[in-house]
Amino acid sequence: MIRFEGVHKWFKKLHVLNDIHLHVKQNETVVVCGPSGSGKSTLIRTINRLEPIDQGKLVVDGFDLTDRSFDINKLRAEIGFVFQQFNLYPHLTALKNITLAPIKVRGMARKEAEDLATALLERVGLAEKRNVYPAQLSGGQQQRVAIARGLAMKPKIMLFDEPTSALDPEMIGEVLAVMRHLAHTGMTLVVVTHEMGFAREVADRVVFMDHGAILEEATPDEFFLNPQHDRAKQFLKQILTPMHCEM
Amino acid sequence: MESGLDFTIVKDNLLYFMIGAYPEGKLGGIALTIYLAVAACFFSFWGGLILGLMNVARNKAIRYASGAFVNFVRGMPLLMVIFWCYFLVPGLFGQPVGETKTVIIALSLFTSAYMSQIVKAGIESIPKGQTEAARSSGLKLWQVMVFVILPQGLRNMIPSFVNQFVSLIKDTSLAFIVGVSELTHVATQINNRSFVYPTEIFIFIAVIYFILCYIFTEFSRWLERRLAWRKSI
Repeated sequence: MIRFEGVHKWFKKLHVLNDIHLHVKQNETVVVCGPSGSGKSTLIRTINRLEPIDQGKLVVDGFDLTDRSFDINKLRAEIGFVFQQFNLYPHLTALKNITLAPIKVRGMARKEAEDLATALLERVGLAEKRNVYPAQLSGGQQQRVAIARGLAMKPKIMLFDEPTSALDPEMIGEVLAVMRHLAHTGMTLVVVTHEMGFAREVADRVVFMDHGAILEEATPDEFFLNPQHDRAKQFLKQILTPMHCEM
Repeated sequence: MESGLDFTIVKDNLLYFMIGAYPEGKLGGIALTIYLAVAACFFSFWGGLILGLMNVARNKAIRYASGAFVNFVRGMPLLMVIFWCYFLVPGLFGQPVGETKTVIIALSLFTSAYMSQIVKAGIESIPKGQTEAARSSGLKLWQVMVFVILPQGLRNMIPSFVNQFVSLIKDTSLAFIVGVSELTHVATQINNRSFVYPTEIFIFIAVIYFILCYIFTEFSRWLERRLAWRKSI
């Protein structure tokens, strides 16, 4: 479904992606973790070409992303993206946030799109918020609307870029619950997160990154019980200590 | 000299102040001032929007062309722009265009240049995440602009638009330089006829300009409240 082959990317002199090889299969849930600045956000953003790659090959759903001749919007319509900062449209109600792309990109009839959006809002537990503006929703609610917005395009792949990092602790659970449910439906998911509990429970594979490179790629059990790389051991120790502080 | 002001001259010429020589002659006075302002307001809104969008275009040639135009027009006094249009526009069209239209063109060009910078700033004030979210869902660039960026940006631009349009209402007074009989021109004519009451005449038109600007500002405030989408937190 998603295949990185020797992908490199630089921001000026900074080598943000260093020789990435990664294959995400259909229906798989892959969690990407690593310290901040390790390139995990950049990695996930290359998948729908929010960040173009500089070198190597990246094939997503059969499209070669280095090929500039195909219509990237066709691919983007098949990929849902959930951001750390939610990025809901503040001038539109929850319902309209969800119906915009299905109507404008898929050409769906308004009524059909609204029915779909209502069903999705129900699924993320926000049926009663359909006519509410984002500013009136809590962070957790906004993120759930954002997930519903991504799902409205009936995507083949959902990408999550630190979806719970901007949330208050008590709201993280509700968002993870929705994501957990998604993973069980068999959608292809790539999740950048620090939520190791989620990774352990839901991920098929965990990818650990540092300084732009993938240092470790393993099943959750292997990764958490027996990490190979020193940086991974150190990272896990820091992040799994209950009173850890961000360095 | 007598003490106190005598507004009889204003009262006697009130109709002339309002509509000029109309209906025997051309429309003038306050009516023409309003006409100039509304027409130039309309064209400079769209002109500013288009120029502003060109200013943030991805294509370098388009960006440079609009940037050059904006710098050129901003670097000239409005009076010069009016003169330029007065002498150039008939040449461009190969036939007389009429002073009123010429002035509308000049005011629209001039105000568009300023408006475009407001539009540009308004577009750039919208967080990048909005574009990223919209692009990620497969919307084309123009759709992102029309459905996501501009609806948010335009609302933020309203206060700056109001400033610009209030300036525009007052700038219509410069039309008298090419003989368009708007309010200031009419006032000058009446003053030239009597020579006795300049203070009264010019106080009167100052009040009229103030009222026009005030009405417009109030209208914009009402519009801004109506377009508020952040109803309550």
